[in-house]
Amino acid sequence: MGSRASSLLREEDIEEIKKETGFSHSQITRLYSRFHSLDKGENGALSREDFQRIPELAINPLGDRIINAFFPEGEDQANFRGFMRTLAHFRPVEDNEKNKDLTSGEPLNSRTNKLLFAFRLYDLDRDDKISRDELLQVLRMMVGVNISDEQLGSIADRTIQEADTNGDMCISFSEFIKVLEKVDVEQKMSIRFLH
Amino acid sequence: MKKRMKMLLLLGFCCGMVFGDQNRSDPHDQRVFPVLSINYDYVQMPFEVSLWILLASLMKLGFHLLPVLSGVVPESCLLIVVGLLVGGLIRVMGKNPPVLDSQLFFLCLLPPIILDAGYFLPIRPFTENAGTILTFAVLGTLWNVFFMGAVLYGACRLEAGRLASVDLLSCLLFGSIVSAVDPVAVLAVFEEIHINELLHILVFGESLLNDAVTVVLYHLFEEFAHAGEVTVGDVFLGVVCFFVVALGGVLVGGVYGVLAAFTSRFTSHTRVIEPLFVFLYSYMAYLSAEVFHLSGIMALIACGVVMRPYVEANISHKSYTTIKYFLKMWSSVSETLIFIFLGVSTVAGPHAWNWTFVSITIVLCLLSRVLGVVGLTYIINKYRMVKLSGKDQFIVAYGGLRGAIAFSLAFLLSSDDFPMKDMFLTAIITVIFFTVFVQGMTIRPLVDLLAVKKRKQSKCSINEEIHTQFLEHLLAGIEGVCGHYGHHHWRHKLNRFNKRYIKRCLIGGERSQEPQLISFYNKMELKQALMLLESNSSANLSAGVTAAIPRQRSRKTLNISKEREEEIRKILRGNLQKTRQRLCSYSRHTLKPDAEDDDWSETRLRKQRVEMERRMSHFLTVPALPESPPARRARVESV
Repeated sequence: MGSRASSLLREEDIEEIKKETGFSHSQITRLYSRFHSLDKGENGALSREDFQRIPELAINPLGDRIINAFFPEGEDQANFRGFMRTLAHFRPVEDNEKNKDLTSGEPLNSRTNKLLFAFRLYDLDRDDKISRDELLQVLRMMVGVNISDEQLGSIADRTIQEADTNGDMCISFSEFIKVLEKVDVEQKMSIRFLH
Repeated sequence: MKKRMKMLLLLGFCCGMVFGDQNRSDPHDQRVFPVLSINYDYVQMPFEVSLWILLASLMKLGFHLLPVLSGVVPESCLLIVVGLLVGGLIRVMGKNPPVLDSQLFFLCLLPPIILDAGYFLPIRPFTENAGTILTFAVLGTLWNVFFMGAVLYGACRLEAGRLASVDLLSCLLFGSIVSAVDPVAVLAVFEEIHINELLHILVFGESLLNDAVTVVLYHLFEEFAHAGEVTVGDVFLGVVCFFVVALGGVLVGGVYGVLAAFTSRFTSHTRVIEPLFVFLYSYMAYLSAEVFHLSGIMALIACGVVMRPYVEANISHKSYTTIKYFLKMWSSVSETLIFIFLGVSTVAGPHAWNWTFVSITIVLCLLSRVLGVVGLTYIINKYRMVKLSGKDQFIVAYGGLRGAIAFSLAFLLSSDDFPMKDMFLTAIITVIFFTVFVQGMTIRPLVDLLAVKKRKQSKCSINEEIHTQFLEHLLAGIEGVCGHYGHHHWRHKLNRFNKRYIKRCLIGGERSQEPQLISFYNKMELKQALMLLESNSSANLSAGVTAAIPRQRSRKTLNISKEREEEIRKILRGNLQKTRQRLCSYSRHTLKPDAEDDDWSETRLRKQRVEMERRMSHFLTVPALPESPPARRARVESV
């Protein structure tokens, strides 16, 4: 799909990605070479199989969901822009950015956007609520096969009971934020990208 | 107040009894049968030890009954003052007050505190900030030592007079003793100010890890002073020695930790002695490390950290509570004794006051600490994700308290190699007093003034646990995508290795397969069930139990399945009713598991009481010849 030349990174692209995501020039080129090495089909975009080839994702309980997060709604190919956009959520929050005048909305790596990313991983059907079933699915993935459904069910019930403030037996995004207010999300959801 | 006076008088009386007259038995004299005789020598040592501990505990009790005082002045200060008073009292009575014996300190008083700290060390913040902590501990202490040593030497050269004989090596040794942040003092002060977790773990972690540096430098300089000359090869060996001491200590601790975990796997039939294994293995780790001059503190910490997850999965809930309370009790008593003895030793010890030396030392301590922290933070912040702000740096610098370890190390110096030993001791005591009193008392108002973040009192929430684990998996996955082998990647790998191989060896039974989430959930449920019943405590316990469940059920529309409810009832019935009754546990091998054995134990109790009375009457009619202790002990044991 497309010639070799179009899959190489152009300066304008780098500038645009920099503005959108906040990564530095060297970080973008470094991540581009990683993108390129993952792209076995050499077609400028990653497919699901490319991701599944990564050993860490294969053994990760949340592997499938993470892979899905890279693909926009309904598509099967992830281009470099999308790749970077997803990874931008994990950039460390810098102090000077906290006070910067936000002209184009919040930066992708703000605390709210990080939490929104995590929330979307729970909430598969995108109805902005984590229902009991969605929670059960995630718990099952993390806990393994040895625990009975019933025990898992009581954990899920307990979790929802703790977080739910408006009584709809689901966790909405605002309830999710509230529950995690004591957790240091800025540190827990950041990766130190090498310069 | 009255109680204290009584205790002090009793103490004085007993000290006077040390030189009281003994039972001089004259075989040719026909004396009256002694109905009551005094033989103090026989119990002198344990009696005095117990008296000191009792005094310390009563002091502690007294302080907490005066909330005004304990709100302003940290406990450590008050204890030192009490020590000063007791020392003064002993001196007034003409005896020489006891000095804090270094062997007693290092072998008996210090290990409980360190074990308590290491066992309950919060692992997650510690590992997340490990780089920062190590930098402060190693580089910070090295900077302090050399800066202080060099400047002190310069000052001594300039001053001349009595200080002229202090050579560079002695100054460096003095620097190495006095620059180490003391874990006991830090714990004592930071416990009370409830500062946020990050700062607490930074200062506290630093105080623990700098032990390796202190040990190496102390022995190094002592050896050099003894040998007389230093070569480059010696310095290089010193550096190698540091790694050996630190890593060796951790290794020794790790080995003992694994042994303890492995032993706890088989203790399901002898639950009563489970806590003993934890304590013994840890103490052995400390002692073994000390044999080879490795860092005992690091061994103890490593042992506690390694054994905790596995031991807690294996032992019973009661043993866990026992361990927790014994550790807290011992460390509390140790800490109290240390501060009191520090006060007493001040009154006792030979002093050689030198205005210049002491004042320069204090100024240098503060200066080198501030410079070190600021300089290192500048470098560290380049690598940290959450930077340390100026306020954080100030607290870290201000929290560098010195304590009893410095005193004991100075006390161990030999007077032949170091003729200035008395001057050193005086200076160190002054520094300790300064840091504990001035810095200890002012840190709380400063924390409030600077509006430093306090520790958030958060109940453990299952949401946080689930989401934190979720985020960890997520981050490990993203790191895999980036091809970046960072923090999360290695932690993930360690967890998997742990789950697959280690847990299977060290955790007995089916608990080895239990995921962390489930054990966390179970613990939380148990805790909540206990809390629920204690809050609903009424005379009729069973009514309370059954009343609580439907009440909760109606308040929140929660459908607990029938089996779950039965499980909850079983837990409540099993655990709670037992804690309400006074269990009669006469057997030394097991604790009574059920309340059904009550009637049987009642009759046994009655029988034993009758038997005991019979034996007592027999004992009293026999002439009380001074029996040999082993025989008497055997008789008591057979009751």
